[in-house]
Amino acid sequence: MVSQLRVSWLLGFLLLGLPGLVRAELTVDINQGVEGGMPIAIVPFGQEGLGGDNLARIIAADLEGSGRFTPLAEAQMPERPVPPEAVNFPVWQSAGQEHVVIGRVVPGVGGGAYEASFTLFDAIRGTPLLSDRIPFKSADARHAAHRIADLIYQQLTGDRSIFNTRIAYITASGAGKTREYRLQIADADGQGAREVMNSSEPIMSPVWSPDGKRMAYVSFEDRTAAVYVQNLSTGERRKVSATPGINGAPSWSPDGSTLALTLSKDGNPEIYTLDVASGALRRVTHDDAIDTEASWSPDGRSLVMTSDRGGKPQLYLVPAMGGEPQRLTYEGDYNARGVFSPDGRSLAMVHGGEGGYRIAVMDTGSRNIKVLTRGRLDESPSFAPNGHVILYTRKDGGRDQLAMIAVDGQGQRNIPIRGGEVRGAAWSP
Amino acid sequence: MINKLVLGSLVMSLAISGCSSKGGLDDTQSNAPVAGRRSPARAGGAGHTYTDAGRNAQSSGLGDLDSGTGPLSKRVIYFAYDSDDVLPEYEPVVTAHAEYLASHAGQTAMLEGHADERGSSEYNIALSERRAKSVERSLRLQGAAEGQLQILSYGEEKPAVSGHEESSWQQNRRVEIVYSGH
Repeated sequence: MVSQLRVSWLLGFLLLGLPGLVRAELTVDINQGVEGGMPIAIVPFGQEGLGGDNLARIIAADLEGSGRFTPLAEAQMPERPVPPEAVNFPVWQSAGQEHVVIGRVVPGVGGGAYEASFTLFDAIRGTPLLSDRIPFKSADARHAAHRIADLIYQQLTGDRSIFNTRIAYITASGAGKTREYRLQIADADGQGAREVMNSSEPIMSPVWSPDGKRMAYVSFEDRTAAVYVQNLSTGERRKVSATPGINGAPSWSPDGSTLALTLSKDGNPEIYTLDVASGALRRVTHDDAIDTEASWSPDGRSLVMTSDRGGKPQLYLVPAMGGEPQRLTYEGDYNARGVFSPDGRSLAMVHGGEGGYRIAVMDTGSRNIKVLTRGRLDESPSFAPNGHVILYTRKDGGRDQLAMIAVDGQGQRNIPIRGGEVRGAAWSP
Repeated sequence: MINKLVLGSLVMSLAISGCSSKGGLDDTQSNAPVAGRRSPARAGGAGHTYTDAGRNAQSSGLGDLDSGTGPLSKRVIYFAYDSDDVLPEYEPVVTAHAEYLASHAGQTAMLEGHADERGSSEYNIALSERRAKSVERSLRLQGAAEGQLQILSYGEEKPAVSGHEESSWQQNRRVEIVYSGH
């Protein structure tokens, strides 16, 4: 029985999954396992008639990437039941599994319509914890899988899930006159990338508005730096800052009304706030040193920024209305690009040390710094909206990647990106 | 088993296709309080005013901008790690350009500042502006006029060389002098 199921699943995968394989170039590879993650088995779904990755594979990758689960490898599964009544709980208990998910996909009403049904079991008690049906169109199969992963994550952790969120990033490719920069948006697992804009001149520092509907970024398309705000659904965009010199490092206030910016129009880089609707500009910092990379605290009262007023780049906290900056970091010669977690209790940053530039988090209460990553050139940290995972860019072994790591340092995963070098990463709200 | 093989080779090919590029550069760590961080107000506004006036070399002995030889053919000033000081070996280059600009009042130039890839990209924008301003200051002290020079800070966004080691980084920490019309 078991072997029969396995064979039919295999056959189904080979026959139906091949078209999906062609699209799989962004398949995540998990290269740093999770210690102590919650064991869970996501059994391959029965999905006759639907091509592409098995939904179970996508769900397992999502859960593992969260840093809080350790999905069982398919090869180690003792059985592959599809209907709920076929689950043999003792064999899963013997395999050390606390939870088992089974499911199937059946054609729905209308062309390209499907319905995924799944059940999450407590494998110890042998009882169902959650069961649901998700209707979807074939083109949205991955989103249906992310939705199921969301429901499982929320059921078992009680926290907000992030598998249906998006990420923005910039790629650069080519050299000289053929160089091309692209601002792209993809699902949080790197799939379904689409281009927001492209230019032969640099694009930098994308940042989502708090409602996720607009994006601010820096573009050099006019052979000078300018900050733009673009509506993501209509594509309409507006140049909001093009003063002489640097126009950079935009950050949205939590209420979406104001951008913090770096401008050097008054002689050297200083932090300003710009009321996006009225264009009213307010200068926040006054120092001969570099002040840049402002990022708002969740309460909208403060900005964390990078300044070398003490001789080396370090993070400072400054009142958003202006005032005396307070130094936050003392550990190491290089701390930059600070961003607050959604709850304001920690800051992620680029922390430079002897081994390279790494992503670190600081507890804003104790001011203790914990280095999360081990790369040479890890940059551009951005929190997931639930605050549990950080997106960042890395360059290792000649390979540019987006990567994610949980804030406890567990479950790092790479998201290989097409389009060349990867810069500037930003997680949607 | 079979599908694992298929997947495996796919992942391999993806890995290969995914590693084609690299390069971005930025330079971090800088700082070092530098002489003259405060520089004169930026030259000009956002628009470039390129003119042909003064294109002809005059009596300076510097030769023509387009000759391809002589001190004016060197248009890139490189910097040490963590520094925006113009190194002694590049002073003759800066002096030649200052003299040329002083004797060609209608000629304008863009000073494009760059950084290597290390550290955060927006901080590198600021660092590369410092380097460009350091060259601007030196050019102006030696006779170039404020209105002849503009600054554009590219940070690590336009590396001259891709690569993730010092031999590449040192070629990317630079200021390029770009004459309008040449």
